[in-house]
Amino acid sequence: MSPQSQQRHSPLEPGVVFHVHGVTKVYQMGEVSVHALRGVDLDLYNGEFAVLLGASGSGKSTLLNILGGLDTPTDGHVFYGERDLTRADEGELTEYRRYHVGFVFQFYNLIPSLTARENVAVVTEIARSPMSPEKALQMVELGQRLDHFPAQLSGGEQQRVAIARAIAKNPDVLLCDEPTGALDSKTGIVVLEALQRVNEELGTTTVVITHNAGIAQMANRVIQLADGRITDVRANASRLPPRELTW
Amino acid sequence: MKALDRKLWRELWAMRMQAAAIALVIVSGIGIFIMSLSTLHSLYQTRETFYRDNHFAQVFASVKRAPLSVLQRLEAIAGVDQVETRVVAYVNLQIEGFSDPVSGHLLSLPDNSPGRLNRVYLRQGRLPEPGRDSEVLVSYEFARAQGLEPGDSLGATINGRSKRLTVVGLVLSPEYIYQIAPGAVFPDYRHYGVLWMARKPLASAYDMDGAFNNVALTLTEGSNEQDVIDRLDNILDRYGGNGAFAREDQISHRFLSEELKQQRTIATLFPVIFFGVAAFLLNVVISRLISLEREQIASLKAFGYSNVAIGLHYGKLVLMIVGVGIVGGIGAGIWMGRGLSNMYMDFYSLPYMIFVLKPWVIVAAAVISMLVAILGTLHALRKAARLPPAQAMRPEPPALYRTTLVERLGLQRRFSQPTRMILRQIERRPLKSLLTTLGIALSCGVIMISGFQKGSIDYMVKVQFGMSQREDLIANFTEPTSLRALYSLRSMQGVERVEGVRNVAVRLQFEHRSRRTAIQGIAADAELTRLLDTRLQRVTLPPDGIILNDYLAQLLQVRPGDRLSIQVLEGSRPRVQVTVAGTVRQYLGMNAYMQREALNRLLGEGHAISGALMQVDSRYQGDIHNELRQMPRVAGVVEQRAAISSFYDTVAETIVFFAFISTLLGGCIAFGVVYNSMRIALSERNRELASLRVLGFERSEVAYILLGELGLLTLVAIPLGMAIGYGLCLYMASQFNSDLYRVPPVLDVRVYALAAAVIIVSALISAVMIWRNLARLDMVAVLKTRE
Ligand SMILES: Nc1ncnc2c1ncn2[C@@H]1O[C@H](COP(=O)(O)OP(=O)(O)O)[C@@H](O)[C@H]1O
Ligand SMILES: [Mg+2]
Repeated sequence: MSPQSQQRHSPLEPGVVFHVHGVTKVYQMGEVSVHALRGVDLDLYNGEFAVLLGASGSGKSTLLNILGGLDTPTDGHVFYGERDLTRADEGELTEYRRYHVGFVFQFYNLIPSLTARENVAVVTEIARSPMSPEKALQMVELGQRLDHFPAQLSGGEQQRVAIARAIAKNPDVLLCDEPTGALDSKTGIVVLEALQRVNEELGTTTVVITHNAGIAQMANRVIQLADGRITDVRANASRLPPRELTW
Repeated sequence: MKALDRKLWRELWAMRMQAAAIALVIVSGIGIFIMSLSTLHSLYQTRETFYRDNHFAQVFASVKRAPLSVLQRLEAIAGVDQVETRVVAYVNLQIEGFSDPVSGHLLSLPDNSPGRLNRVYLRQGRLPEPGRDSEVLVSYEFARAQGLEPGDSLGATINGRSKRLTVVGLVLSPEYIYQIAPGAVFPDYRHYGVLWMARKPLASAYDMDGAFNNVALTLTEGSNEQDVIDRLDNILDRYGGNGAFAREDQISHRFLSEELKQQRTIATLFPVIFFGVAAFLLNVVISRLISLEREQIASLKAFGYSNVAIGLHYGKLVLMIVGVGIVGGIGAGIWMGRGLSNMYMDFYSLPYMIFVLKPWVIVAAAVISMLVAILGTLHALRKAARLPPAQAMRPEPPALYRTTLVERLGLQRRFSQPTRMILRQIERRPLKSLLTTLGIALSCGVIMISGFQKGSIDYMVKVQFGMSQREDLIANFTEPTSLRALYSLRSMQGVERVEGVRNVAVRLQFEHRSRRTAIQGIAADAELTRLLDTRLQRVTLPPDGIILNDYLAQLLQVRPGDRLSIQVLEGSRPRVQVTVAGTVRQYLGMNAYMQREALNRLLGEGHAISGALMQVDSRYQGDIHNELRQMPRVAGVVEQRAAISSFYDTVAETIVFFAFISTLLGGCIAFGVVYNSMRIALSERNRELASLRVLGFERSEVAYILLGELGLLTLVAIPLGMAIGYGLCLYMASQFNSDLYRVPPVLDVRVYALAAAVIIVSALISAVMIWRNLARLDMVAVLKTRE
């Protein structure tokens, strides 16, 4: 692709955080190649709460990972502000993740040998202007479980530690891959409330992956993925608070 | 403390047993490294200091009898610094309460002084006082073996005359650090001693008034040693010179040098093995840790930790384990080094031991082990850092298994499912299985080294003294005598066989290579000296021509048929040519043999002999020995067997120390390898084994799958280890070879058995520890979490 063509696709609209253009991702598995993304175009806006909806295997995680600088597309471009993530090298991507992105994973991925507070500290220690681990944990209502190890916490509590860990650095974007996937709905609601509060209080652009249509009702916008393509983008006229969600 | 560092500490604590097992191997490697090098440096330093402080001479010569006036001519030789003439008498000693024959050398001391060269070091008591003619100094080792103290007295027969001597001091001498009777191979402190007394009384007792029979000298800087030796030989020739020689040929110095050479071999060989094993262990343990933590690594990277930061994190873990090993190793090394040095101080007659620990040794030990550790884990660390986070977040794909070769050969019906699991596991990771086997095998090899020394000496003694040199006593005459001298020996009670020998000091030369040694002239039908070929079959001595032992032949690079040039070092000092007739296998010395008649023909002498080999009834041996000593014609009696048994006593301590250390260290490696391999297998197959338990397998059945694999590898490792051990012993033996002796690489069955036993016990200990872990296998937790 020529430099001119890239230039044409750089984000011009104000308020756009991510500008995704023509992104494809092909995994080579020996003889077979898996097309996880087949040409995705998407803009994400500052401060919005977006939900990525789609069946298992539709390419949601792949897209989120590319947004978060964890993976690079086979083709196409991803702009974060003025910055083309697809042209960033390893060091730039590391720096991008360190200062701008917060991740929440489906399986929490806490470090088992560290307490809740220390798991958050792992991130705040390398961030630029983080909040204190205690404050981050208070935001997810875990102020009293600071010194518990992951094994001593329930799944929902672990996921909230993971959220605290993701928001503690005051990231610009919060990327959550099925944060409630491993939780029952009651616990899931507590987690989603935490995410919504962060989105409202800190104004962090938040992208949440789910294969669960019910959750989509709390989002500003719902982006539907199927078979590696975006099939639908709709804005919710009215958002439901997590408490009223059912799935 | 940083959160990540806390993670490090907690993980280190969780894997403390594994870490300890690895650290133990590193401790062993560094320990041996520091022990050997510090001992080596200490011995060198101590020897040098002792030599310098006590003015150890550089050239030595003995003569029959030279007038003191010759001294001036010796001092005038260019390149000579200091000269000291001495009277040296070979004497028989009588010690109360000890009926065995004891011989010794009595050396003259300038009155009331420790001497100019080869000064004695007074360990206890005082120097003889002028005018008190019976006062003597006694070598410390001899005094200790005989329980002599200042104030005690002993009898001596000097030149056929009895004299009572009073011990006034116990001393050490740079000349007798390794104190050995002439003609003997091993030190024998009970039967041979060195004594010093004032020159005047000694000279008059030995008919050496105004004369000397021994001279030692030092050289000025930059002088040519060989020139001085040649000039010295020229001057001393007509006084019955025996050929001057340099420090390198001085027996005590040579033995010590050989010992230092061996120490150097140990200092290199062992650490290489230990560091290799440590690198392997670190590699498997860290690889496993990293694959267990791949999701944690992925999330750390997702949070913005760089590859370098993550690499450093695990690098720190490695260095922490290694650090413990280094600290422990340095401690152990210093402790063992001091122990060994002191043992050597005792074993050799050294007045003190200057313990030398060069800083570079410590630095090298630390740096080498860190490098080895980093190299051992670099691959795993790079893999950890390289893994793209998105991919790392996904569980590792299930391992690819295949039916094994054995199964494909159609044998599968013979194996139960668990056995198949074992075989497939081994075949799936051939390299790892191989390295594990190799690690265990190396430990087996190290243990075998422990038994090698004793077995070798036993074998050497058996061949040399049981089969080749079969005499009980050797009587050396003061000068070549006629064969008739043998009659009187044969008539003594208890004497079974007597054979005359003619020993001649010579320098053998072939092309540019030459060696100083002695030719033994023996009868063609000699029974007491049997020459053996490599298969230990008897070789007959041809009527002319010379037979060399294999070592000497190899040194001179001669083959049967070559013409050897012989410079005789006594009598009229003729130079002759002789054909090499063959070579024989011998483990001691550099011997050359000719038929006695042929040798005498060469020398232009009649049927002269210089000594007699005697086979005697053991009941009479002591009496015969004593009787021989009384004969004026007999200069000395050598009794090799007594020397051997007392040598065993002296070296027993060192041998036991070495055996203990190498067995212990070998056990450490075996335990380190087996335990770590089992722990890793357990962690890798946690889920699988827990699932089997859920399915109703018993703990022992599950244990079979896990431990069976290691058991099988251990069983394969033992024979492999025995082969490696044999190879190591072969290598050590080749490194230990010297003019003085060769070490035959002989390993007793017991050595093999011991090595196998230690390996099996280490494996069993590991198995018991794993068995306890298996009890804690959490079936529910394992099935709940995903992997
Ligand atoms: N590292 C990978 N290697 C091979 N195939 C992959 C990899 N990651 C994802 N895929 C495949 O890409 C497709 C999309 O995966 P993913 O984005 O994880 O889906 P979703 O998150 O929507 O369930 C799937 O078919 C998946 O198997
Ligand atoms: Mg997914």
